[in-house]
Amino acid sequence: MAAKFSARQLLNRHGREPIIEVSGLKACYGERVVLDGVNLNIRRGETMVILGGSGSGKSTLLRHIEGLERPSGGSVRICGIDLAKATDQQLSALRRMMGVSFQSAAMFNSMTVGENVALPLLEHTDLAEPTIELMTKMKLQQVGLSGVEDLYPMQLSGGMRKRASLARALAMDPEILLFDEPSAGLDPVIAAGLDELILDLKGTFRITIIVVTHALSSAFRIADRMCMLYEGKMLAVGTVDEIRNHPHPRIHQFVNRIPSQPEPSSHRYITGF
Amino acid sequence: MPLLDAVGRYSVRQVEYLGALAIQLWRCLRFTVRAHAFGRRRLRWKRVVMQMAEIGVHSLPVLCLVSGATGLIMALQGGAELRKFGAMDAVINLVGTSMTRELGPLIAAIVVIGRSGSAMSAEVATMAVTEELDALRAMALDPVDFVLVPKYLAMLVMLPCLTVMAVFSGILAGGVFTYYSLDLTLIQYFLRTGDILLMRDIISGLVKAGIFATVIVHVSCLEGFLVRGGPVSVGRATTNAVVKSIFLVVLADLICTAFFYFYWR
Repeated sequence: MAAKFSARQLLNRHGREPIIEVSGLKACYGERVVLDGVNLNIRRGETMVILGGSGSGKSTLLRHIEGLERPSGGSVRICGIDLAKATDQQLSALRRMMGVSFQSAAMFNSMTVGENVALPLLEHTDLAEPTIELMTKMKLQQVGLSGVEDLYPMQLSGGMRKRASLARALAMDPEILLFDEPSAGLDPVIAAGLDELILDLKGTFRITIIVVTHALSSAFRIADRMCMLYEGKMLAVGTVDEIRNHPHPRIHQFVNRIPSQPEPSSHRYITGF
Repeated sequence: MPLLDAVGRYSVRQVEYLGALAIQLWRCLRFTVRAHAFGRRRLRWKRVVMQMAEIGVHSLPVLCLVSGATGLIMALQGGAELRKFGAMDAVINLVGTSMTRELGPLIAAIVVIGRSGSAMSAEVATMAVTEELDALRAMALDPVDFVLVPKYLAMLVMLPCLTVMAVFSGILAGGVFTYYSLDLTLIQYFLRTGDILLMRDIISGLVKAGIFATVIVHVSCLEGFLVRGGPVSVGRATTNAVVKSIFLVVLADLICTAFFYFYWR
């Protein structure tokens, strides 16, 4: 109980400043530098979309914000607490107010969908079982999944799994929602449905949402602000319009979906005998 | 000095591994005391019971067969030699003591490594690959607390039970041998065995079972936790878990036996 209170206190004490501050973040896997001096401030209640091509380090950035990786340099602060220096209790309190939906959905395959969604409630609250059951149903309904409580994740389609994992992320009514590639591998209709759902959450609960994606249409639709990562560096942070009209060639190319020019040499190779 | 280099590197890696095992064991014990002692979490107990059924009940048939066959083999081999000295009676001593002190715990451990240790490491490794462990961490649930502790508790209860069953079926198989070769009834045989066995033998067997349970669960799960990368590494983790568990169980057995030999006679 005490830990839950402290999370709220953290939030209140922290009212105006950015809820998430990433400063000078550096991440290396062995020799390879994945993130190089990334700075990013996210304000409370806004929806931030992190854009970037494959391998630009955007999922790694998200993993650092979740506190799943230790930074090689720089820091990630949530509500003013440095994740790398946080005590176990602080970290646990922070994680309880974050909901994470993973790229691969990461549902627990040994449990039913209902048990998956109920798990954080069972573990972190003292609610009675009927209450938890009801909340589980509601959360699943919220993401458009009813009557799948007793199925196993493997029995669901990819899109349903993804939505179920969103329901699990929402189970604890998080302050911060982290979403890795919501629309990857989904058909356009379901992807659009997910966008609506995110807009809905934003409107009703005023939660801070961070979405990592390379799907432009959905990014422009849901974002308050966006940022673009390229080869581990933060190229730009700004509003939707600022990013859309940004002069940087890489951003221009990404936003307008211009393919990279083929190298002259390879061109010759194809035509040149 | 490439050789020295390689030896040094190898030693450092082994020490690191042992350190990781020790840290995992410490955290596991802390979580066990904290969460289960107060019995608040019903879901956890459900998981423990499920694991118990998986580890214990389902491996009972194959364990009894293996252990019974070993008991019979030992009686036959021993009988063949002891007959030359006219000391067929000693077969009872041979089967009774070696089963209780040594072979019962060891056979139970090896069967459980093959059945459950490999399954555990594959399960944990798959969870690592599919981001399930990360999902647990992100929910402020510790994977050691949530995944390992139920398995450890289940194993800690079930391996000694399985050891008792292994010892019993091994001795029973010896009884079948003496029934035909010494004309002893089974009741006489068991009474004789009871006379021979000391409390020391039984306790040392059960202590061993507890230690083996610790080794098996922690080695298997650590191999799973350490997995990075794709599905290929799941297979590798499973192989490593089985090989390392068998090696460490035999090593632990040696240490225990030496300890009992020198300090408890």
